[in-house]
Amino acid sequence: MRAVRLPVVTAVATAAALTAVTACTAKSDAKDGDAIQVTAADSKCTTSTKSIPAGQVTLKIENTGSKATEVEILFPDDRIVSEKENIGPGTKYTLTAEVKAGSYEIACRPGMKGHGVRQKLTVTGGSVAKRDPKLDAAVAAYREYAQSEADATIPKVETFVNAIKAGDITAAKNAYAPSRVGWETTEPIAESFGDIDPKTDTRVNDLEKGQKWTGWHALEKALWVDKKVGAEQKALADELLTDLKDWQKRVGKAEITPTSMANGAKELLDEVATGKVTGEEDRYSHTDLSDFKANVDGAEKAYELLKPVAQKNDAALTAELDKQFAAIDTLLDKYRSTSTSDGFVSYDKVTADQRKELSDAVNALAEPLSKLAAAVVK
Amino acid sequence: MAETPKSESPSRRSLIGWGGAGLALGAVAAGGAVAMTRVGEDVDPAGADTGAAVAFHGANQAGIATPVQDRLHFAAFDVKTDDRAEFVQMLKDWTAAARRMTGGHAVGDGAYGGLAEAPPDDTGEALGLKPSRLTLTIGFGPSFFEKFGLEDSRPEALVDLPQFPGDNFDKSRTGGDLCVQACADDPQVAVHAIRNLARIGFGKVAIRWSQLGFGKTSSTTPGAQTPRNLMGFKDGTRNIAGTETDRLKKFVWVGEGDVGENSAWMTGGSYLVARRIRMNIETWDRTSLQEQEDVFGRDKGEGAPVGKAKEHDAPFLKAMKPDAHVRLAHPDSNGGVTILRRGYSFTDGTDGLGRLDAGLFFLAYQRDVRKGFIPLQRRLSATDALNEYIQHVGSAVFAVPPGVRDKDDWWGSTLFSKEAKEAKES
Repeated sequence: MRAVRLPVVTAVATAAALTAVTACTAKSDAKDGDAIQVTAADSKCTTSTKSIPAGQVTLKIENTGSKATEVEILFPDDRIVSEKENIGPGTKYTLTAEVKAGSYEIACRPGMKGHGVRQKLTVTGGSVAKRDPKLDAAVAAYREYAQSEADATIPKVETFVNAIKAGDITAAKNAYAPSRVGWETTEPIAESFGDIDPKTDTRVNDLEKGQKWTGWHALEKALWVDKKVGAEQKALADELLTDLKDWQKRVGKAEITPTSMANGAKELLDEVATGKVTGEEDRYSHTDLSDFKANVDGAEKAYELLKPVAQKNDAALTAELDKQFAAIDTLLDKYRSTSTSDGFVSYDKVTADQRKELSDAVNALAEPLSKLAAAVVK
Repeated sequence: MAETPKSESPSRRSLIGWGGAGLALGAVAAGGAVAMTRVGEDVDPAGADTGAAVAFHGANQAGIATPVQDRLHFAAFDVKTDDRAEFVQMLKDWTAAARRMTGGHAVGDGAYGGLAEAPPDDTGEALGLKPSRLTLTIGFGPSFFEKFGLEDSRPEALVDLPQFPGDNFDKSRTGGDLCVQACADDPQVAVHAIRNLARIGFGKVAIRWSQLGFGKTSSTTPGAQTPRNLMGFKDGTRNIAGTETDRLKKFVWVGEGDVGENSAWMTGGSYLVARRIRMNIETWDRTSLQEQEDVFGRDKGEGAPVGKAKEHDAPFLKAMKPDAHVRLAHPDSNGGVTILRRGYSFTDGTDGLGRLDAGLFFLAYQRDVRKGFIPLQRRLSATDALNEYIQHVGSAVFAVPPGVRDKDDWWGSTLFSKEAKEAKES
């Protein structure tokens, strides 16, 4: 994490249509005739109407399937307007939200995961802010990626937490770096929530006065330096899992724009430049290179999704980015190891000259990456 | 990169309002037009106004015979690309940026007023500052000629420096494929220049090491007082002046007959030796005045040679101790060998042992390293009394190509003649 937290993802200007929408899941007194009937089955999702006037919308949901489901109203970029999770088989629920004119989707997610089954919903009346469907698709795909990274992280964190709770230091050390990968690939989103990152990823020197040290790095020190796990560490491990489940749940609601995606990619490289290249991030475990790799992978994913638009506006920039991503991936591959838990050479074995080479590669990539946002909005 | 400033990004010069504009035209010949300084469209021959701009174009690069500015930021780079076309493009981009910065303008589209989502082209810290006689001088190190198929273009005179007795190099402050010397009267202007060139270069080159200098230790202006080094002495009294066309031609600029067929590209250029010389400041300060004066062969107050009254009096070398610095370094003791010195004092904080990490960042230009620095240093490293108080801890040598002739020319065009020829034909 960074010492100075900038709420970059949320601070970026968002299309007007995305703001001023209030969503709530309170029971509504709307008449049944105005409500949209949503029938959620195991592989189907049907809605009674595809078009409604702007204002309050009511979804009368019935789960006719065999699994618990989740129903959401989504913006074109897949940000959640309103949602209800965990609607059990055979049960009903009424969901309401305030919506402005524009295009939306209603998604049923049987089993509460994956892309779900979608139905279009057009909200009429008033002016509709212009959107670029290509960029909406890019943001939606990125959100899906971020969600899948978060989903994949939880079991790895559980392995880590279970090892600590069993007092198995070796197993916990082996599970430490893998438990961080999903977080590191999408860190700007996690940081945009503001309150999760300080609890999960704070380094000791970043603590504010009176702040309790929690999260991965407190456990890292206990495992590598103090070499002991007691009641305090077990409680910290539980807390970490709780906080990360909170993160997993909130990814769908993160405000992501094409600009924030592009700048988020650059920020991931900033993370590498200020935390990983210096060896500060994982100063006890020296597993910095797997974090490094995850940051680069996350940046590359955001870039790949924005590339079709960026390429049209600035082909020279995307050519340079392709080249520099390939170069840094090749360089990192030189540090792969089969004898470490995270698959990379321990960072304390990386010499000053090698760190300089890594730093040069980060600069070579981050400089053109800082121009991606401009190429996307041009 | 845009060549003309956009209306929303005013030049540094237009921001400050020139009191000194309208100076009479004058002419000075110091190996071309390099020593001329420009204020607006006018020329200030002496470069006395320290806010002025030094002409970027000329037969020789500026920053060599140019009157020495107060501050230095020197950077050595390593080449990171193996794509020759990409590197040549970077040289052109660097030249365009250097042309703007030496003229007092911001790089590219400026430091503000552009797209809100993109970082500005210029980093902005020199906004509102005068051109400050900024000069930017590029050089190519021996290792550079192992790249881009340039093996045959390495000049014979660009030799690897031999190891001299007492050398103790820090690898991270030694060598480099390229260098840029930025000199200015305002340190922020010099640092801004290196920072922006480094930024343009990312992916193509990476900074290997860099050095800040804060006090000039020699003068290329005739009649001027010689500045003191950190030992408190005047050194380099008989330096070559920027106006001494004959001595510049004889000792500094590479002449047409100097170089073999494959290195004719160096005509009008020069060779630069850079040495980071650490001074043992604390032990020097505990040395008696007599010994200090004996070591240099000058008196501390006036800077006069032993037995003489004034700094610029001709020295009587035999009156000095045999190992006195001035005696050993003087051209008369070295068969006439003369180099143009342009060094700066440095203090990079302290060394962790409570001592200043300070000394002289020695910069010397010469027509041929084999006839300049090498014989001189061979002699000094063997017997100079000063060696007890100094140590050479960094070293580099560069071939400094001739000047950028006009707005269509670029740094290194004579070396990359294939590309320069293609550009002309297209």
